[in-house]
Amino acid sequence: MAVIPVSRKPLTLLERTYLPQIAGGLKTTLKHFFAPKDTMEYPEERPAIPAGYRGVPTLVFDPHGREKCVSCQLCEFVCPPKAIRITPGEIAADAPTAHVEKAPKEFEIDMLRCIYCGLCQEVCPEEAIWLQNVYTTSGYSRAELVNNKQKLYELGGTLPDTHFKWDKKKAAEEGGNAH
Amino acid sequence: MPTEYTFPDTAAKNATGEFETEKMSLSMGPSHPSTHGVLRLQLELDGEMVTKCDPVLGYLHRGDEKIAENMTYNQFVPYTDRLDYLAPLANNVAYAIAVERLAKLEMPPRCQAIRVIICEMARISAHLLGLGAYGIDVGAWSIFLYTFTEREKLYKLFEELTGARFTTSYTRIGGLQRDVPEGWTAKVDAFCDQFLPILDEILSLLTRNKIFMDRTVDVGIISKADAIAYGLTGPNLRGSGVPLDLRKDKPYSGYEQYEFDVPVGAKGDCYDRYLCRGEEMKQSVRILKQAIAKFPGGDWYAKDAKKIFAPPKDKILTSMEELIQNFMLVTEGPQMPAGEVYFEAENPKGALGFFIVSKGGGVPYRLKIRAPSFCNLSILPKVCVGSLVSDVVSILGSLDFVMGEADR
Ligand code: SF4
Ligand code: SF4
Repeated sequence: MAVIPVSRKPLTLLERTYLPQIAGGLKTTLKHFFAPKDTMEYPEERPAIPAGYRGVPTLVFDPHGREKCVSCQLCEFVCPPKAIRITPGEIAADAPTAHVEKAPKEFEIDMLRCIYCGLCQEVCPEEAIWLQNVYTTSGYSRAELVNNKQKLYELGGTLPDTHFKWDKKKAAEEGGNAH
Repeated sequence: MPTEYTFPDTAAKNATGEFETEKMSLSMGPSHPSTHGVLRLQLELDGEMVTKCDPVLGYLHRGDEKIAENMTYNQFVPYTDRLDYLAPLANNVAYAIAVERLAKLEMPPRCQAIRVIICEMARISAHLLGLGAYGIDVGAWSIFLYTFTEREKLYKLFEELTGARFTTSYTRIGGLQRDVPEGWTAKVDAFCDQFLPILDEILSLLTRNKIFMDRTVDVGIISKADAIAYGLTGPNLRGSGVPLDLRKDKPYSGYEQYEFDVPVGAKGDCYDRYLCRGEEMKQSVRILKQAIAKFPGGDWYAKDAKKIFAPPKDKILTSMEELIQNFMLVTEGPQMPAGEVYFEAENPKGALGFFIVSKGGGVPYRLKIRAPSFCNLSILPKVCVGSLVSDVVSILGSLDFVMGEADR
């Protein structure tokens, strides 16, 4: 195993005058004085948010405008600080998406509790809840900071879907080979 | 010339006829800039001299160990971020490996390499902050700005990898939250290349600086025997000349494949601890370079551990079997055998240990966290006595602790 003792030599006479340090310090300061800025004029300038960023959790529609959440309540269960509260509801029997059966009646995420961990998105079997790139939340009251269902969909919008599993299921049912 | 202080005639004299001053008790902290968080030191002073030092802890106690008993193993990952919150990735890795040891689960090489990379990045970022804050403590402001500029570059990389800058929650039992993004390792490599000259420049502002040396050399000396007796770990132990580094002594996550040196100090004073941290960052860059050069392909999670790691998302969306498996995993937790395990990892602050007692199932029966900062602080009553108040600031900075994990 390579163990290296750190070197600590006593200061030379010149170094004890502190002059080389002053020169070195000034050189570094001057270099940084003329170097490009490391800071950013927030909020006029904003940092680029990388893909897969974990911002405020939101609910999303699929490209056909169906709300993706089926209120299975898995996210509510997994959320470590218990920020999510879901009231499950039924989808009306005459709706075009009636075969999905369930959708949330109410869906609340308490942004004062949420820790942006992303576990809800990770466990959701419908890809219905997404942490997107909003990272600032503010409000004047506690109640304002509880995002209700409408707010969650406003924040979430529509995301592309690659599976359309419920459309496929419906097609299969109509084709007579439902399981 | 300082004027001599003349005691009033009424001042008490001790047995030998010298004037006696009253001891003063001073509370340093819990909100004091030099105590780096909510540490309170109950000092007893004789003039400027510290005669007694009682650290008072617990201001940041959240009961993490108890919280862990009430949730599945994966749900506890975000809580590990908040232990040593200056190196959340290293905590995530230590915790995941501890639980995986319980299940006797080996990670594929790619996962191990990613874990090594993020651990070393976390080490650099934690030491950069420690160094910057130490600079401020002893009056060198610019150091802080330069180290934070570098740290910001690392945070950008963390953000890209995990989706969060600070609370990364990146590991899962049996794998990771996700694979590394395209081109990420190349960015880490580029960071390493530009970082070394900048680090040298930052260190050159302090290492041979007379003012800095006056504040740190021969201050807060911890002898080898004391360092061991008080259970110090990490750079604080190595600064006292004990070459203990768990990455070498009990390699985990494939650390045995990498070549690096362990810097140790000679005297055990504040200056030695500073030097060790500086050198450790360079060694971390060495490890990073090697890990990126031979970055393996393949799986980034344990594929066969069906009862521990969740199935891929598109399978969950399309297949009933995986859907049920996902539900079981989330609600019951990753299935562990009954038993006990203790695992320690070399974190930036020292040895972070997790002791887990399992009665089987997805929730720990008891989880104990050995926090390096907590043990490192235990030396304070010994090392502060006999030093000046201004030296206490210097000693605290050199011990580089985080109250988030000391109080947990
Ligand atoms: S968001 Fe997803 S996990 Fe949460 S209730 Fe809806 S479908 Fe289930
Ligand atoms: S991000 Fe985490 S804390 Fe926030 S709602 Fe989702 S699971 Fe809960």
